[in-house]
Amino acid sequence: MAEIEATTGGTLALALPFIAAALAPILKRIFGAYAGWILALAPAAAFALLFSFLPTIASGGVVSFGYDWIPAFDVRFSFRIDGLASTFALLITGIGTLIVLYSGGYLAGHRDQGRFFSFILMFMGAMLGLVLADDLMTLFVYWELTSITSFLLIGFDHEREKARRGAIQALAITGGGGLALLAGFILIREVAGLNSMSEILAAGDALRDSQYYLPIFVLVLCGAFTKSAQMPFHVWLPNAMEAPTPVSAYLHSATMVKAGIYLLLRTQPALGDTALWTTVLPLFGAVTLVMGALLAVRATDIKITLAYTTVSSLGLLVMLIGVSTEYALIAAVLYLIAHSLFKGGLFMVAGSVDHGAHTREIGKLGGLAKHMPITFAAALLCALSMGGITPFVGFLAKEEIYHALEHGDAYHVALMAAAILGNALMFAAAFIVALKPFVGKLPETIHHPHEGSPTIWLGPLVLGVLGLLGALFYETYHQLFSVPMASAAVGAPVEIDISWVPHLNLAFALSLATIVLGIVIYLASNAIRTATSRVLSAIGWGPDHGFDQAMRGLLRFSFFVTSRLQSGRLDYYMTVTVMVIAAGLFAPMILGGALPAEPSMPTLYFYEWIVLALILVGILAVVIAKNRLTAIVSLGIQGFSIALLFILLGAPDLSFTQFMVETLSVVILALVMTRLKLSPADHRPMRETLPDAALALAGGAGLGLFLLSIVQRPFDPVLSDFFERYSYPIAHGHNIVNVIIVDFRGVDTMGELAVVMAAGLAILALIRIRAGGKTDVQPDPMETTP
Amino acid sequence: MRTVIFRFTAPYLTALMVLFSIFVLLRGHNDPGGGFIGGLIAASAFAIYGIACGVVAVRRALWFHPMAISGAGLFFAVVAGLFSLFAGTGFMTGLWIFPVFFGNEVALSTPLLFDIGVYLVVVGGITSIALALEERDTD
Repeated sequence: MAEIEATTGGTLALALPFIAAALAPILKRIFGAYAGWILALAPAAAFALLFSFLPTIASGGVVSFGYDWIPAFDVRFSFRIDGLASTFALLITGIGTLIVLYSGGYLAGHRDQGRFFSFILMFMGAMLGLVLADDLMTLFVYWELTSITSFLLIGFDHEREKARRGAIQALAITGGGGLALLAGFILIREVAGLNSMSEILAAGDALRDSQYYLPIFVLVLCGAFTKSAQMPFHVWLPNAMEAPTPVSAYLHSATMVKAGIYLLLRTQPALGDTALWTTVLPLFGAVTLVMGALLAVRATDIKITLAYTTVSSLGLLVMLIGVSTEYALIAAVLYLIAHSLFKGGLFMVAGSVDHGAHTREIGKLGGLAKHMPITFAAALLCALSMGGITPFVGFLAKEEIYHALEHGDAYHVALMAAAILGNALMFAAAFIVALKPFVGKLPETIHHPHEGSPTIWLGPLVLGVLGLLGALFYETYHQLFSVPMASAAVGAPVEIDISWVPHLNLAFALSLATIVLGIVIYLASNAIRTATSRVLSAIGWGPDHGFDQAMRGLLRFSFFVTSRLQSGRLDYYMTVTVMVIAAGLFAPMILGGALPAEPSMPTLYFYEWIVLALILVGILAVVIAKNRLTAIVSLGIQGFSIALLFILLGAPDLSFTQFMVETLSVVILALVMTRLKLSPADHRPMRETLPDAALALAGGAGLGLFLLSIVQRPFDPVLSDFFERYSYPIAHGHNIVNVIIVDFRGVDTMGELAVVMAAGLAILALIRIRAGGKTDVQPDPMETTP
Repeated sequence: MRTVIFRFTAPYLTALMVLFSIFVLLRGHNDPGGGFIGGLIAASAFAIYGIACGVVAVRRALWFHPMAISGAGLFFAVVAGLFSLFAGTGFMTGLWIFPVFFGNEVALSTPLLFDIGVYLVVVGGITSIALALEERDTD
């Protein structure tokens, strides 16, 4: 297997979308809506670069490149393009090019179009990195980046509450899944001892036999299922339809929601083929498939219908990956490519209809075929592919799906039933979106329906035609896309020979049955809609409602915790702080038996005794002082005496600082006293002051005993020797204290400086707030002086 | 507090203390002193001036808002750390030059710049707190 390095080309392809994202606002300002044509060059160039790797990849080779990132942990910023990554990357950049063009027309004249271009190109870069990444941490970083950019895009219209809710919901669900995925990746790393996906795939047995297989499986699945909207995590996807249509077409059908599918396909050779895998995945997939398709038929907004069919398709993909036979994986790959083409196209059609007729309600649409013929053609092309009719790529996929499931046992029969039902419902949904708005009579509510600019119909038309060409030239299609991708997913070279020419076999018969069932559902869609709506309103609860309840519960819980901990009373804070200090000091000393031995009486000079006596006098004065100001000053006396002690014991720096700190403390405390307008004395009764006194004694005694026990240990001179020896030769300073502060531990000091400043700002703000919440904004004298 | 004698002597006292604080700052690398102590001395100097002559006078004398002085200090401290970037060494590696002015060798270094940053942060932070607290006394 050929492995080539392509650092320049690969890096350029990865960087291009981000570069374009940075330039987008400027280009928008200069060229207006035409900026779309220029910006589309970036994904187009990336597409061309990736396409140039295709000969290598189609012949079974891989392209890799990377940079060292955190060598200490063997984490690399590395990428590896095999068949799976290549097809994904081509879909991302190819459809991305069309989407950028489409956004140019769709959002023409929008105030924030530049920002929109920026976001969607950033997303493109993130998604591209995700599918190309080889290193687990690199993959994770890009994974999170897609969640964040998706949040920005869903909430693009941030002045509407529904858009904001949709954005937060998507971020909470996919972000939560991302955290689970990170934990899963770390576990994989611990078990396999490897960081790169390609090496981990080779070490699959070690993972499957490990005792951590179950947590790894659950965590990775959480990541994949949230991203790929499996029940019950699917709720965010329909709500994400609040985003502008290009976003829905791109992120929420063709690319981002497939990230979970990508992850499952990618890890399948390592984690798959266990009883757990082949049970859990098909179960979730089948439920999602059928429920999603039912909800799709129920929806009345064509965009929501499409969103639920996407949920349903993702369920189908998960189910197929869960079956994980070679045929099933081939079917998944074929369906994935077909889905990206037709669903991206149909979403753009929905946007065009909205753009031309100013509504997306299925009941208010009709007769648009005459006015929007090109859009109608594109819609039909995409719907025929989605319905699985030959000669479209959707047909190839569906034949392969039925082929993969045609085994007699109950497991496969159940899945087959789910597949047929789901496909038939999706067939109906496809034509509800692609046919109903265009046929029949034009309702009077629609004024001047019109075809959009070329950028608007180009995207869906190209995707629709590609769906046709892919099936007609199936040999090239398989050779370039399906075979390399399926081989990478299976983990061994595969052959695919399915063509658009129907063969009379079981799969074809089932295909026909699906179509017939689909037509029946299409005709009965109104009845089904009413029935499902009635059932759903009878249940009255859904995961979407559950999300709100969970969020409300979280808020209530944090409010409860906050109101318990943050009473806003200073005496409460002080009590808790001192209590924790006392307990923290005493507990280890008593439990660890580390209480200090009784110290011997020190021999001191008489003036040292005098200073000690002064300290005691100061403290005594603090305690018995009748008035607060006296107490503050007495506290100062005590502090000055300690400073004196420092100087006597040969620590001039320390004592110097202590003097200044004491002076300023007294000044500031006195100022605070007058400022707070406290009563001059503490009038609390004895029963309230005594517990405080006891607590203060406990804290002080704890600290004193702690210091004593430290002093009684043998002194380890390593650090002081080091500083003494090197202070001058290395740092050119004789004052060791200062050298430590500004040089040896300069970074510490820098952090402290930031703290001092932040504390200053906070105190300033506190002083300016008057009791009662009014701010005391005084005119800044600096502004008035010249 | 605002006796005539105090009000008359306070500006001179403040000037002397600020001068002394700069002396303490600069000698700090080899003798007791440094940016932190110097900053505290200067801050108490301004506090005294404020008590004697009022907050407005201090603010006018300082010219900049104390918080801006603090911010400048933090900026200097970070810049002092970034110098080593150009020398190709790790962040905050001390760099020294010894130029000769009028026959005297003067030691200039990034730790000195850093210490000046410490000084300014402390002066600015504490002065702004003290002034804000004193301000209420005037109304």
